[in-house]
Amino acid sequence: MKGIPQQVEVKANTKVKMSNLANTRKRSDYFWAYLMIAPTMLGLMIFYLWPILQTFYYSFTEWGAFGQYEWTGLDNYKRMIEDTNLIKSFKNTGIYIIFTVPIGIFLSILIAVLLNQKIKGKSIYRTLYFLPVITMPAAIAMVWKWLYNSDYGLLNYLLSLIGIKGPQWVSDPKIALYSLIAVAIWSGIGYNMVIFLSGLQGIPKTYYEAAEMDGAGPIRVFFKITLPLLSPVIFFVSIMSLIGAFQVFDLIFMMIGKSSTALENTQSIVYLFYQHAFVLNDKGYAAAIAVLLLVVILIITAIQFVLQKKWVHYD
Amino acid sequence: MERARQLVTSKTFLIHFILIVGSIAMVVPFLWMILTSLKTYAESIHVPPVIFPEKFQWGNYKEIFELLPFFKFMLNTLIITIVRTVGQVFLCSLAAYAFARIEFPGRNFLFLLALAVLMVPGQVFLLPQYMIMVKLGWLNTLQAVIVPGLFSAFGTFLLRQFFMGLPKELEEAARLDGCNHFQIYWKIMLPLAKPGLVALGIFTTLWSWNELMWPMIVNSSPESMTLSVGLSSLQGQYLTNYPILMAGSFLAILPMLILFIILQKQFIEGIAVTGGK
Repeated sequence: MKGIPQQVEVKANTKVKMSNLANTRKRSDYFWAYLMIAPTMLGLMIFYLWPILQTFYYSFTEWGAFGQYEWTGLDNYKRMIEDTNLIKSFKNTGIYIIFTVPIGIFLSILIAVLLNQKIKGKSIYRTLYFLPVITMPAAIAMVWKWLYNSDYGLLNYLLSLIGIKGPQWVSDPKIALYSLIAVAIWSGIGYNMVIFLSGLQGIPKTYYEAAEMDGAGPIRVFFKITLPLLSPVIFFVSIMSLIGAFQVFDLIFMMIGKSSTALENTQSIVYLFYQHAFVLNDKGYAAAIAVLLLVVILIITAIQFVLQKKWVHYD
Repeated sequence: MERARQLVTSKTFLIHFILIVGSIAMVVPFLWMILTSLKTYAESIHVPPVIFPEKFQWGNYKEIFELLPFFKFMLNTLIITIVRTVGQVFLCSLAAYAFARIEFPGRNFLFLLALAVLMVPGQVFLLPQYMIMVKLGWLNTLQAVIVPGLFSAFGTFLLRQFFMGLPKELEEAARLDGCNHFQIYWKIMLPLAKPGLVALGIFTTLWSWNELMWPMIVNSSPESMTLSVGLSSLQGQYLTNYPILMAGSFLAILPMLILFIILQKQFIEGIAVTGGK
């Protein structure tokens, strides 16, 4: 009879020990966890999170010549409504998006589907289409500017062979934006193609075998099987492409001269942001443009998420 | 049978036809870049165009180094790219491991904070980042480009996904052996997460090598310029001398081209992984 309380005591003791052990283990867990996330979290806070708040704050200020600034309330936002340049840049960016995103996605799906067939030389094709992805945008812009050159460019020479007098691709205000769009599509195909290709390879072969048994033709198979099963990937790519297209800068900066007559018809929102922030020292207004860009991107992404319910199939 | 085979060959033919037309469109700009870079100025503006230069003008490549501190640009870009890539992969994997594998108070909140950065377009950070660089006196230094590039919400998120997909058993065994979390991360998890690390590494390398806006904002002196910025400055000055411009462009893309040829599989898988998840 005496043994029982003792046993209980022993049990209680081990319990205490266990929980002590668990506690020290937990404490060591916390210590390591905080230590391991500290560099990244501090870096993100200093260089990314705090700047978000600061940009919001700056957007209510006006800057002087020596870096001093004063609170001006909603002035910058009021100024936007009447800023024809800003409205123009939204229009330009909109046109750029409307062309580059759908055409880019269409072409990269096309190439990915073709590369997913049983054909020879797949890896060579894949490599070639991927080349622009690894190439510096500054260099891409440089070579395309040369190809587009109205007097000595290859493109206008090729057009002259079939009797067409080529236009001034990058300096004609009516055409320049579309010339940029073509380059953007050209340089983006490879990236999206690789993502679509890995999406296509994730579609189980059995679906295709079943369709073949039913005698469905390739076009029917594409619309009834490939496209629906690829739709989550298409959704992802369209969101990323849209966000990327909203931020177009490098191509415009490199291909359209600062004093070009085509600048007004090509400058994007981010180009205008750069101008105000770092050329005109109009940092308060630039911050307001950045805030507006953030809001517009968030709204459009949210709309895409709502619309996806209608066309994206998850199984 | 005969008809079926014909159908198959004509289908294959059509596929190759489309792919080849596309490939030509992809490759011609690069070939034209290389060919132009080897022409004399007179050849480059000849009408009709001279396709193959009479004599390869390797001097154009020499000239670019005389016109600009091109070697310095390459060195700057190389240093920035290496430090950013190694640093970012290390710091992100460290944080990603903790977020994926350790329970600690505030984990979800802190991870959400990191995710918030992902949702915001880069331009929103630029102005305050620039002001920080001004305050630190870092304008026209390499660290102005390197330091903000060491921290990445995207990299942390990507690698966290990777760590979460790894089996728990090995880790448990190591803990029973008395390993602490850093040891588990370093000895067990890092080797297992190699495909993820490589993917992030390639992504960061490409990004650092090619980036234009931020290096242009903070580093405008030739001493600290990167290749992208150097090229953009070239454009204004030697607007018409395309053989030299093309030589500079080709030299600027050559390192990534070589890296791509060596690590082709990793590049393509890396993009598929970073893009597809």
